This record gives sequence, C-alpha cells and structure tokens, in this order.
Amino acid sequence: MNRAKIKRRKRLSILLLGFIAISTSGFLILSASRDSLIFFYSPTELMEKQDIAEKVIRIGGLVREKSIISKGQLKIEFIVEDGENHILVYYAGMLPDLFREGQGVICEGKMGKNRIFRANKILAKHDEKYMPPEVADALKKTGKWKGVEEKK
Amino acid sequence: MINIFNFLANPSRFRLFSQKAYPYTLFIMSIFMSTGLWFSLFNSPPDYQQGETVRIMYVHVPAAWMSMMIYFSMTIMSIFALVWRHPLADILSKCSAPIGAGFTLVALVTGSIWGKPTWGTWWVWDARLTSVFILFLIYMGHITLVRAFEDEYKGARAGAILTLIGAFNLPIIKFSVDWWNTLHQPASVLKLGGPSIHIEMMVPLILMALGFLFFYFSILLINVQTELNIRKLKKLFIKKFSEKN
Repeated sequence: MNRAKIKRRKRLSILLLGFIAISTSGFLILSASRDSLIFFYSPTELMEKQDIAEKVIRIGGLVREKSIISKGQLKIEFIVEDGENHILVYYAGMLPDLFREGQGVICEGKMGKNRIFRANKILAKHDEKYMPPEVADALKKTGKWKGVEEKK
Repeated sequence: MINIFNFLANPSRFRLFSQKAYPYTLFIMSIFMSTGLWFSLFNSPPDYQQGETVRIMYVHVPAAWMSMMIYFSMTIMSIFALVWRHPLADILSKCSAPIGAGFTLVALVTGSIWGKPTWGTWWVWDARLTSVFILFLIYMGHITLVRAFEDEYKGARAGAILTLIGAFNLPIIKFSVDWWNTLHQPASVLKLGGPSIHIEMMVPLILMALGFLFFYFSILLINVQTELNIRKLKKLFIKKFSEKN
C-alpha cells in the first residue's frame, strides 16, 4: 500500500468513528428529551402525566361525534378522544375551518380542577390523505370510507 | 460508472461538460415546470377537505423534497472532499448550499401560508417545523462558514465537516412526524403501504418535483462555472502580480 492509500484509509476511519459517535449521542439526546419534543399529549398519554395543574399544555385527538355543544356565542364544549380515553374541552373563540366532528384537533390551554380542559387556542390537524371531493363521495357511497365525515 | 466520475472530477473537463449540459437542463426544466404548473393550477381537482388550498402543496412538497435532497448530495460531496480530496466535490457542495437554502425558505414560507387556513396558525414549534427551520439555519451557516476563511481550502474543509454533522438532522426531518406527536401530518407519498394521495393530484406533484430537480441542476451548473472562472481569474491575477515584482 502506498502512502496516499494509507492516509485515505485513516481519514475514512476517522469519519466513520465520528459518524458513530455523533449518531449515538444524538440518539441518546433525542430519546431523553422526548417529553419536550412531542407537540401534544393524547388523552391516554395525559393520564400518566403528573403535575400538569396550572401549566399550559397541549392535548390532541379526535373530536367525538355528536359531542359539540354550543354554550352561547363563540363558546363551545366538546370531547377529545383517542379511542381509549377522552377529555372534555371548553373553548371560547374563533374555530379553524376544518374544526368538525371526527376531525383531529389540538387544544392549547390548562387542565381545570374539575377535569375540564379550558382551551385558549384550537388548531385543526390535517391528515395525510389527499383526494378530490367526488372520490371522497364515491368512497362513502360504497362504504369504503375510513376518514372523517365531511361537514355539509 | 467510476470512469464517468473520474472523467468529470477534473475541473476543466467538468466546465466543458457543464457548458454543454446547461441548455439541456434548462430545456427539460421548462417542459416539466410548464406542464406541472398547468396541471397544478388548472387541470387538477380541489381537495375534499382543503378545497383550492391544496394547490399550495404542489410548490411546498417538491421544495421540501429538494431542500433535503440537496443536503443529502452535499453530504455525499463532503465525504468525497474529506476522504478523497476531490477539488470538484468542494465546489459542488459550495455551489449547492445557496440553492438548498432557497428551497428550504420556499418550503417554510409556503407551508406557513398553507398552515394559516388549514391549521389556524402561521407557525408552531413542533418537531417537523422546527427541524426544517434548523436545516435552513445549517444552510446559512454553511454559506457563511465556507466564505469566512481567506484560504479557500480551509473554508471548504470547515464547510464539509459542518455538513456531515448537520446531516444528523435529515432523518429527524423525515421521521419527526412518525416519532413524535406533531401538528404536521405524516408523509403522503414516500411511505410504507403506498401513497395516500389521489393519482390526479400525484401527477402535478411529480411533474413539479422533476421541474424543481432540473431547476437545481441548471442553477448548479451556472454556479459551478462561475466558481471555476473566479478561481481561474484569481490564479491569473496572482501570476501576473508575482511576475511584476
């Protein structure tokens, strides 16, 4: 082996070592700081959380069908569920266009003592499905629909 | 394949190649871009949830893909530059960074414009949005770092190391939507189990992505030619200057 080849090998092994070191440390950092990396808790994840009283947190899930109750102008109450657990949410303010039954939403606010979540901001979550309205209608007719119900 | 790489690794040969290839990339880009734009603006259906807002996606998603693809190619170039010391690898990496930064900015801005009507907010600090913002910062860091040294070679080396460290961000961007709860939705096209996007919306998306890809090629070729010319001028200047004294 000539000198150039040995040098090249050395540089490659330094690079590989660096790669291993960075990816392990990165992995450790990311798995340790999972709590601050997630944007919202699902109702089930929230059950396991302590010390959430009087802290601004975000919860996310689907709006339960037929759970939206109007409490006067721009004031509503509804249930956010994730299939296992659910949380009652109270909100006063403007709602995003996509807010409706069955839609994924994220609510930012504080958990009240009576287990009612008082939201001061609501964001609609969009899913990864894209299709024209006719296709969505056809899927609903044939019973192959798996997504959210559309507001008419 | 290796022969082609070896052939193009010579800067002056690459200059000749890029002069020849540039008009072709421009031509292919204009074909993909014009058909892609026509499809995405006039000949594709509105979405069942978002309505016409979906058309922002035809710019947003290809720009986001390009921002990651360019960074990935910069990573490969940096390995070539650090291990095999190819002078052209440094130049390609240096010339790619501003284009990648531009695509990242386009992805961030169009995403923000889409987010306001869909989510109800311009911006949130969730894992996907934050990691893409970090990608933009790394691009800006690379652009300034490479130009911060008087010695070009030192700058290129610092830039290559920064690129390799920053490459850690790429899998985070890609999988952030699967690993952590985010406001941003998971992938629609590049995912297990096939795309969840209707074919009529897929066509403009792919056409725009190809248009963006060839846009990158043509700008890259122009950038590389300029860089090679500047380096040649510098050499000539130094030669002339040393002859005078």
